[in-house]
Amino acid sequence: MKDLSVEHLLGIKQLNKADIDIIFETADSFKRVINRPIRKVPTLRDITIANLFFENSTRTKLSFELAQKRLSADVINFSAGSSSLTKGETLIDTVNNILSMKVDIVVMRHPFPGAHQFLSRHIEARIINAGDGTHEHPTQALLDCYSIKEKLGSLKNKKVVIVGDIMHSRVALSNIFALQKLGAKVMVCGPTTLIPKYIEQLGVLVENNLIKALKWCDVANMLRIQLERQDISYFPSIREYRSLFQLNSSILNSLNKEILIMHPGPINRGVEITSEVADSENSIILDQVENGVAIRMAVIYLLASKINRI
Amino acid sequence: MKTSEVLNSLQFSHTIRRLCYQLIENHNDFSNSALIGLQPNGIYVANRLKKELNSICEIEVLTGSLDITFYRDDFRRNNKPLIPSVTNLDFSIENKKVILMDDVLFTGRTVRSGLDAIMAYGRPLKVELLALIERRFSHHIPIRPDYIGQSIDTIQSERVTVKWKETDGKDQVILHTPPEK
Repeated sequence: MKDLSVEHLLGIKQLNKADIDIIFETADSFKRVINRPIRKVPTLRDITIANLFFENSTRTKLSFELAQKRLSADVINFSAGSSSLTKGETLIDTVNNILSMKVDIVVMRHPFPGAHQFLSRHIEARIINAGDGTHEHPTQALLDCYSIKEKLGSLKNKKVVIVGDIMHSRVALSNIFALQKLGAKVMVCGPTTLIPKYIEQLGVLVENNLIKALKWCDVANMLRIQLERQDISYFPSIREYRSLFQLNSSILNSLNKEILIMHPGPINRGVEITSEVADSENSIILDQVENGVAIRMAVIYLLASKINRI
Repeated sequence: MKTSEVLNSLQFSHTIRRLCYQLIENHNDFSNSALIGLQPNGIYVANRLKKELNSICEIEVLTGSLDITFYRDDFRRNNKPLIPSVTNLDFSIENKKVILMDDVLFTGRTVRSGLDAIMAYGRPLKVELLALIERRFSHHIPIRPDYIGQSIDTIQSERVTVKWKETDGKDQVILHTPPEK
């Protein structure tokens, strides 16, 4: 029987294809669970999970919490705003305090890239990365790839373009890793200033022209312009960004082919994507949200099964 | 490992046929009943009984499969994760008479998990249990089947395998006995 090769989910980079396959296979079962009359299983009734969000989150936090509750785990929540962090406590102290309450799994979002890696060397609990700065957001990449697989059957040789702010996007990086491990071809598209200089070294194509990128692809993953991370101006105006990189129906109609439209949310309607396209038949944005719960249930289930095997 | 035959192909088919008649006695035309095989091996029992019932009285009995992985009591007690299989219930079990079935009833733990799992799909009117082979005196949980193909007395270290025409080429039940120490 198969088992995950990792003890924590720190990033997609550490996973191999077999890991991703087993997560997808397990997520299939959980997707059936969350669509039946009683959407809960008792499997994790003796597991306690702490959700530590040192950075704002709404949907990821809700999705994780729902996944944990559907598995019958006990859940405690912690967010930076209401914590002792503001009183000067270190990350290890904060987490160790929480762990002394007998917590088995830590789901953490943290503004510093690598915070999870650091923590994994100092604590006993299993760690799931729910986003570390501009580094990785593995569960988002898993749910994105799972959603593509669900619609297109396989990712092998599928062409996926990630459009927008690649530089500040942990979703982009995790997606690149996951898509490549599953055999897809990846292109990034956006203003030159928002594409990291050495991104080609990851084996991705770079394109600055949205129409050319869309003509190439089977799937377009539209990223949000992260206004909160624009410490300097990377493009002259939202209006200009919109005119060059917005996905709208006239561009889509000009392609003469169907492509899948994705967005990790939250959507800036009218900026990177128009409402018409976001709500269109080819958009799988809401499937992504539903699949997010199933994927997170699968990740938690598989990691929990490795805790102190009795 | 010593092996002995518990049921040969002919006995196997007689047993299946007898189970069908016992089911018919209690469920008549099966209009409000469903056969549900416990994954993985119970589905062979359910599918065979469905086929046999169809040949006896030309009825299509609702049949499904139930995965019990998330209800098992040995999570974190194995070296590998418990990988789920598929539940296939394309009908409502609400107010139906459900017959859970498995090939071998040994400790009863699978059936215990199955009882929990089935309730997640609704509230059946009645739940019955059918086991092709019951290993008597081996139950860890007080569970008794309503329909039994064959009861056998075994010890803990013995193993029972059920072979099916569909997958193994012939119907047969074999008892494997390890050598005495």
